[in-house]
Amino acid sequence: MKAPAFEYHDPTTLAEAIALLCRLENARPLAGGQSLMPMLNMRFVQPDHVVDLNRIAELSGIRVLPDGALEIGAMTRQRDIERDARVAQACPLMVEALAQVGHRQTRNRGTIGGSLCHMDPAAELPLVCAAVDAVVRIAGPGGEREIPFAEFPLGYMTPAVGPDELLVGLHVPAAPKGQGHAFLEFARRHGDFAIVAVAVLLDPGPDGRVARASVALGGVGPAPLRLAEAEALLRGTAVEDDAIARALATTASLDPMEDALVPGWYRRHLAGVLLGRALGIARERMA
Amino acid sequence: MSERRITLAVNGQRHDITVPVRRSLADALRQDCGLTGTHLGCEHGVCGACTVLVDGRSARACLMLAVQAENLAITTVEGLAPDAAMLHPLQQAFANNHALQCGFCTPGMLTTLVELLAENPSPSAAEVRVAISGNLCRCTGYETIVAATLEAAAVMRGEAA
Amino acid sequence: MSVFGQSVMRLEDAPLLRGEGAFAADIDFPRQIHMRVVRAEMAHARLVSVDVTPALDLPGVIAAWSAADVAEVPPIPFRATKVRGLEPYCQPILAQGRVRYVGEPVAVIFAEDAAVAEDAADLVLVELEELPALLDAAAEPTDFDATRNTEPTIVRKSYGELDAAFRDAHVVVALDLAIGRHSGVPMETRGAIARYDAAQDVLELHGTAKKQHWNRDEIARLLGRAPSSVHLFEGHVGGGFGVRGELYPEDLLVCLAALRLRRPVKWIEDRREHLVATNHSREQRHRIRAAVDAEGRILAIDNVFFHDQGAYIRTHGARVADMSAGLLLGPYRVPAYRATGHFRLTNKTPAATYRSPGRFEGSFVRERLMDAIAARCGLDRVEVRRRNFVDVSEMPYARPLDALGTDVVLDSGDYALLLDKALARFGWDARVADVARRRAAGESVGLGLGVFVEKSGLGPSDGVRMTVDATGAVELVTGAASVGQGVETALAQIAAAALGVDYRRVRVVRGRTDRIEFGSGAHASRVTVMSGSATHQAGLALAALAKQTAAALLQTPEDALEIVDGVVRRVDTPEGASVTLGEVARALAPGTKLSRDRATPGLTVESWFHSDHMAYPYGVHLAQVALDRGTGQVKVEHYLVGYDVGRAVNPMLVEGQIAGGFAQGLGGALYEEFRYDERGQPLSTTFADYLMPTIAEMPPLDILVTEDAPSPLNPIGVKGAGEGGTNAVGAAIASAVDDALGGRGQVTQLPIMPRDVLRFLAEGAA
Ligand SMILES: Cc1cc2nc3c(=O)[nH]c(=O)nc-3n(C[C@@H](O)[C@H](O)[C@H](O)COP(=O)(O)OP(=O)(O)OC[C@H]3O[C@@H](n4cnc5c(N)ncnc54)[C@H](O)[C@@H]3O)c2cc1C
Ligand code: FES
Ligand code: FES
Repeated sequence: MKAPAFEYHDPTTLAEAIALLCRLENARPLAGGQSLMPMLNMRFVQPDHVVDLNRIAELSGIRVLPDGALEIGAMTRQRDIERDARVAQACPLMVEALAQVGHRQTRNRGTIGGSLCHMDPAAELPLVCAAVDAVVRIAGPGGEREIPFAEFPLGYMTPAVGPDELLVGLHVPAAPKGQGHAFLEFARRHGDFAIVAVAVLLDPGPDGRVARASVALGGVGPAPLRLAEAEALLRGTAVEDDAIARALATTASLDPMEDALVPGWYRRHLAGVLLGRALGIARERMA
Repeated sequence: MSERRITLAVNGQRHDITVPVRRSLADALRQDCGLTGTHLGCEHGVCGACTVLVDGRSARACLMLAVQAENLAITTVEGLAPDAAMLHPLQQAFANNHALQCGFCTPGMLTTLVELLAENPSPSAAEVRVAISGNLCRCTGYETIVAATLEAAAVMRGEAA
Repeated sequence: MSVFGQSVMRLEDAPLLRGEGAFAADIDFPRQIHMRVVRAEMAHARLVSVDVTPALDLPGVIAAWSAADVAEVPPIPFRATKVRGLEPYCQPILAQGRVRYVGEPVAVIFAEDAAVAEDAADLVLVELEELPALLDAAAEPTDFDATRNTEPTIVRKSYGELDAAFRDAHVVVALDLAIGRHSGVPMETRGAIARYDAAQDVLELHGTAKKQHWNRDEIARLLGRAPSSVHLFEGHVGGGFGVRGELYPEDLLVCLAALRLRRPVKWIEDRREHLVATNHSREQRHRIRAAVDAEGRILAIDNVFFHDQGAYIRTHGARVADMSAGLLLGPYRVPAYRATGHFRLTNKTPAATYRSPGRFEGSFVRERLMDAIAARCGLDRVEVRRRNFVDVSEMPYARPLDALGTDVVLDSGDYALLLDKALARFGWDARVADVARRRAAGESVGLGLGVFVEKSGLGPSDGVRMTVDATGAVELVTGAASVGQGVETALAQIAAAALGVDYRRVRVVRGRTDRIEFGSGAHASRVTVMSGSATHQAGLALAALAKQTAAALLQTPEDALEIVDGVVRRVDTPEGASVTLGEVARALAPGTKLSRDRATPGLTVESWFHSDHMAYPYGVHLAQVALDRGTGQVKVEHYLVGYDVGRAVNPMLVEGQIAGGFAQGLGGALYEEFRYDERGQPLSTTFADYLMPTIAEMPPLDILVTEDAPSPLNPIGVKGAGEGGTNAVGAAIASAVDDALGGRGQVTQLPIMPRDVLRFLAEGAA
């Protein structure tokens, strides 16, 4: 289980990195390596060139904007985000989710950008970004572009980042006052990728009722899934038990992925169970 | 095959080595620096046996390239004991509490827990459990490792064990 | 105070804690090259051709072989089986004609660097013509080759009037039960480093474990060398658990290469290889029936089972099936019994022993049966066990059965007493009440139990050589091996207690064939019993020799002397004249006057211990579980292992064995399984798919070690402690989950998957 041979490049600026990606055939950016390195060691991927992003200082860091929103660089380590008080303030959902991303040792290296670009269907961070309506910034030879996270997944483990592009950062809107959040997942063993994960946000309006609900599921489709119907059913309610029940009923029509180890019905069932629990928790936290 | 000359700073010592760029940090430590205390149990990031400290933070040495470790301070299990006569308090507590059997997982456990205790000198049992939840041990059933860590923490705080 | 029985610290720890161990991958020799195995990618196929030439073209590649290149090496033989006719099912070191499981070695590459060897392996062209894969051992056998089918043998054992018992039974309870495929999966993968020392004409194999002497003899035979010109060495071993240290194709391939290529050859298994290449275990399906009288007493058991051996028969022969047949009955009195074990091959990784082999399976089956009998007879689950126990007054209890080639004679044990102690310690009655209260509040909680008899100390013989040198240091050379469980400390304690020295003065030399002629290694919980008894005897003999010699030196009668802390002195005047053991050794050095009276000089003895029977430790496992009714997750809330080990040499080590063994049992009960798709492709090939328990899965575990029934079969009363933590975990957790589900007998399969629990909950509600 040794990685296949490749050429190694360690640019120190974003521009240099993009130039390398434009010039080289079959090149692969290397972020925290917590997904790419196992894939290399197992020879699931065989790039001719590895472009290491770890020496590009401009790609990491957390900034708070005047409106309280966060700008997070793609190369920011998961553990630095997890322990940042400003993130806890602006996006408590992300902190709660991060505690379930692998282990301390993997979060010390793993980056937020790497997780988004790897885009495992059950990964926590893409699910959080889907739930909070993050905006991602992508740089390429022609400059930078911004797209809403909803447009970022193109398919199974396929982000909207071209071969000569890089994800450079993301914009996370600040949680409105009084927002209730919950992140729950089910894995057979601690620290593993979830079978199903659920992220819920409930924003209260002036009347104390839900003004905006965000419900996102991971592990059900190839990429995070927002349950628009459930969100609509929750809007305007006080998240009473029967409102939760109506929202849960929408999971019955899910048609989850199926594989040799996990049947589709079980994912659907878990989605309902976890969503019910998450809504209960978020309701408690909504103020 | 692409190679690079690099300098690794391991346990405070410089190692000037030439490695294929594809070589993992773990393999470089073992083969090029002669430090075989860092073990490989899976080479895909799950078992934690290869855990080393990179600038004080625990990381899987099987998931880093050796060339990435240039200019970073690496600590391996060989760097924990102060000298040939004394053990690190954690090592001593592991022995006292029978926290190792075959000893294969032990280096990764120790480095992970050194980081924990540096960050949190008075962890609860629950916090210790979370800290080593990414380290597999097939021999001990884990509980003695928690006991050892709590004992070491007390010793390191200057309290008698 | 004797060091025997004390929880003293281990002698093994210091190098392991400092990262100074010598595990297989840590061993290097100058000029070494690396071996990489090309493995079959189909479960069952005709092997049309193997072309290694593209690999040979890669710079750094030294050689590449397929089956034709190693045709003169016979397949890997059996160590332990009395069953005849199994030879045609042995595994060749490289596949010939057919491949029979994904992972089967097809070719090997030798290169200057491990990564280059892997690059080259990817270039080997293997042409396969897929054949249908057989994946269910309970299905009709198919063809193994042109003349044989996939059922090499049927293991049969029986005694008593079975038919009459079933005819007269008050009730007959019948169950269909299955145990999943899982295995030892030590944290260290296998490794083998061979070196041919031409100067001395000696072939060395390093990185070995468990069975050095037998493996040495076989390697020598298969490669056509004298055994005395082949030596095996054991360094540190990162867990054994049954799978490590068997003779595998790779061991022979590195040896052959070292001889042919005249360079040291290193092979380190990677984890994905390990999960498809190293022995699997456990997979078995039992159709079991019990005839029971009106009081819930067993009249007869009929045990029909299907053993999934995987693609080939490895070194163990039919041993696991043999034990599944011969040791199933555990602690119960069963007047009539019949076992019919269909020993069958499938297109999966070959299987063999894993900690508590045949017994983890058997205990699950037997204890599920006991729960079912209780339910059918309207009896309490604890009571039905009590009624069927072999009583302490019946010990030793001979069963008209054999296992592992010896008659099953339960040597000692008070099963009812241990059950009482365990229930009291666990707080069973209080928990029964608590569970009832929580159930009334809507929770799904349950209690379960499993009672079992282990086996240990398989004979027939074991020897050690014990020597005191001129400095008073003691060397104990044993043919036993260590797989990391603390063998050195335990043997040093026994030696120290018998001789009268500090145990830290005893150096234990194990696992190498160049220091002792014979050895049985480390398996089947035999080291403490067999090697421990030999050590004890050696220690006593050495003490006698030391006293005899000291008597001459001190002009004192022998029986007035004692040895304390390495000093021979008078019992009545400890402060008086004395000699150290080092001085005694010097007095016996070659050429001295005293040494001439003896056959050999030196303060040294060799001692052998023989035993025809096994010692049977026994235990009780108790579990409390709660089910998550939404996800189906099983949470073990509390667990107790009660285990009688006869006598504990070092209680701390015994508890360590039990805790670690429990974790492995837990894996087999709830998490671990080697899964395959319908074409026989393995699905559990990484640690992200093969789920071993982390600390987060470990419940609060209580351990009760008792010493109520020392073994009468050996001078120190010990029974092996290595497997009791694992034995009944599947049984007790299944019992508890079933109880939480309402005691309907729905749990018939291990591991218990969350989605199965959901299904059971739904069935129960319907
Ligand atoms: C034991 C273990 C458990 C884990 N458990 C979880 C878990 O529970 N949940 C979870 O979500 N993850 C889990 N992971 C994976 C997680 O740790 C990774 O951090 C994450 O998936 C990838 O992030 P990375 O920074 O390591 O990226 P890398 O592995 O370096 O890269 C991942 C992919 O993204 C591409 N890429 C990276 N950065 C960029 C960029 N800026 N622009 C364009 N492409 C880029 C790479 O080319 C590569 O294809 C686990 C990993 C391990 C080893
Ligand atoms: S070897 Fe690195 S995590 Fe297992
Ligand atoms: S002590 Fe053997 S793996 Fe932990």
